[in-house]
Amino acid sequence: MNWLDTILQGVLLGGLYALFAAGLSLVFGIMRLVNLAHGDLIVLAAFLILVLVTTLGLNPFISALVAMPLMFAIGWALQYFLLNRTLGKDILPPLLVTFGLSIVIQNGLLEGFSADSRRVFAGSIESASVNLGPVTAGIMPLMTFFSAVAVIVGLNQLIYRTSVGRAFRATSDDPVTAGLMGIRPQRIFAMATGLAMVVVTIAALYLGTRANFDPTSGPSRLIYAFEAVIIGGLGSLWGTLAGGIILGVAQTVGAAINPEWQILAGHLAFLGVLLFKPRGLFPRAVD
Amino acid sequence: MALLETRGLTAAYGDFQALFGVDITVGAGETIAIIGANGAGKTTLMRSISGVLANATESILYRDEPIGALPAPDILARGIAMVPEGRKLFPSLTVEENLLIGNYGRKVVGPWTLESIFALFPILKERRSNPATALSGGQQQMVAIGRALMSNPEVLLCDEISLGLAPVVVRDIYAAFPRIRETGASIVIVEQDIAQALNVADRVYCMMEGRVTLTGRSTDLSRDDIHKAYFGTEHHELA
Repeated sequence: MNWLDTILQGVLLGGLYALFAAGLSLVFGIMRLVNLAHGDLIVLAAFLILVLVTTLGLNPFISALVAMPLMFAIGWALQYFLLNRTLGKDILPPLLVTFGLSIVIQNGLLEGFSADSRRVFAGSIESASVNLGPVTAGIMPLMTFFSAVAVIVGLNQLIYRTSVGRAFRATSDDPVTAGLMGIRPQRIFAMATGLAMVVVTIAALYLGTRANFDPTSGPSRLIYAFEAVIIGGLGSLWGTLAGGIILGVAQTVGAAINPEWQILAGHLAFLGVLLFKPRGLFPRAVD
Repeated sequence: MALLETRGLTAAYGDFQALFGVDITVGAGETIAIIGANGAGKTTLMRSISGVLANATESILYRDEPIGALPAPDILARGIAMVPEGRKLFPSLTVEENLLIGNYGRKVVGPWTLESIFALFPILKERRSNPATALSGGQQQMVAIGRALMSNPEVLLCDEISLGLAPVVVRDIYAAFPRIRETGASIVIVEQDIAQALNVADRVYCMMEGRVTLTGRSTDLSRDDIHKAYFGTEHHELA
């Protein structure tokens, strides 16, 4: 067994989990909303990309670019017209509503696309690889990982360097006082969810080109996304990337020891982190 | 002519009524003070004008337009900015970011920019990159005032800006007010310190239990009148 190769593959897999998780982390960080339909929204975006590829004959990467503004609009409207009404002191309504939404999306996709497993074909790039000295890495896993890093860097720049990002943070701190600054929290939340859906579209592109998906594969993506967010510490985007990598490495190392242990090893790593650092590795100082 | 006016303004938190028909007027360029004991309704009045609390639309007029029912962002856009009680700085933002966010909903060219606020409160320039909550209470109050000024308001509402601060610090903060008045802005100050209020304001309203009990020019009011209006009549009958 080549440990270096195993760990590299795990790190690259972690990029995919970080992409699953980044949108969840963003939404939770800004409005303390736990979106149980997040995994299903990833699958929804994957089907959207699939439809664009099959009906318009577009390249998957171009399809994802087309899908991004559509998913932004879906996220914006979902937050503005539905999820904003669930936010408040009680944490139960958003959980119940997004849980229901998860069922609605799964069954809607089942009606529209049947229960068949699907894939988005990206052509020869799927099996291309580069030689990195002692190890070899696939082009797609490398692209996934660097997309994840680019998404995290981009979101951090947005949050810490722009006027909208200041409004995100201020609204997260205190929506009433943010209103005195002319910020409309309802619209800020809608924009944040729209942005999360753009990240979801990127995650869906790599989900759809690297693995099979069907209308019910959302919840298992949600678990990995949750674990990555919690390992990293709630509200920290770099923590989410670290959480994804830890999860990915744990899974590939587990699989290298015994293929049956892949999933279990990831969950054990998650429990291990919770045991020693209950608030995750890089929790935000406040709250 | 009044720039800002309340007419029979009432406000309630659920079953608890906090304001019972308050009438105040603020003229252009005027500084008024609202004094009264805890629970007199001063903060409720500020929250009503600034749009944090929604009221009957005709009960607050700004430039003769009814604004009582508008939410806070619409009030700010019209030129009424508030320094809220307890400062309410954003802990996730630095000092400079707290100032910059002040004009998020109202970007007009005027006397107040980041540079002119740093000139008004030079200590903030030194501490611009610190988290806002790492500052002393007085410095935090300067940030809160500067944040409200960033929108170049026509009316500046200041709710209890001396609360919890040492007298020497309060003096420093009030020293900035002549400069703010020079820009032509109207100022409404809620203050428990009567001497400070009389000193800074053209006119004073005294409130008690949700009503205005006394009003007049600062120079005309006697200590005794204010004392009575502030604490009520000498004896309360027991129910």
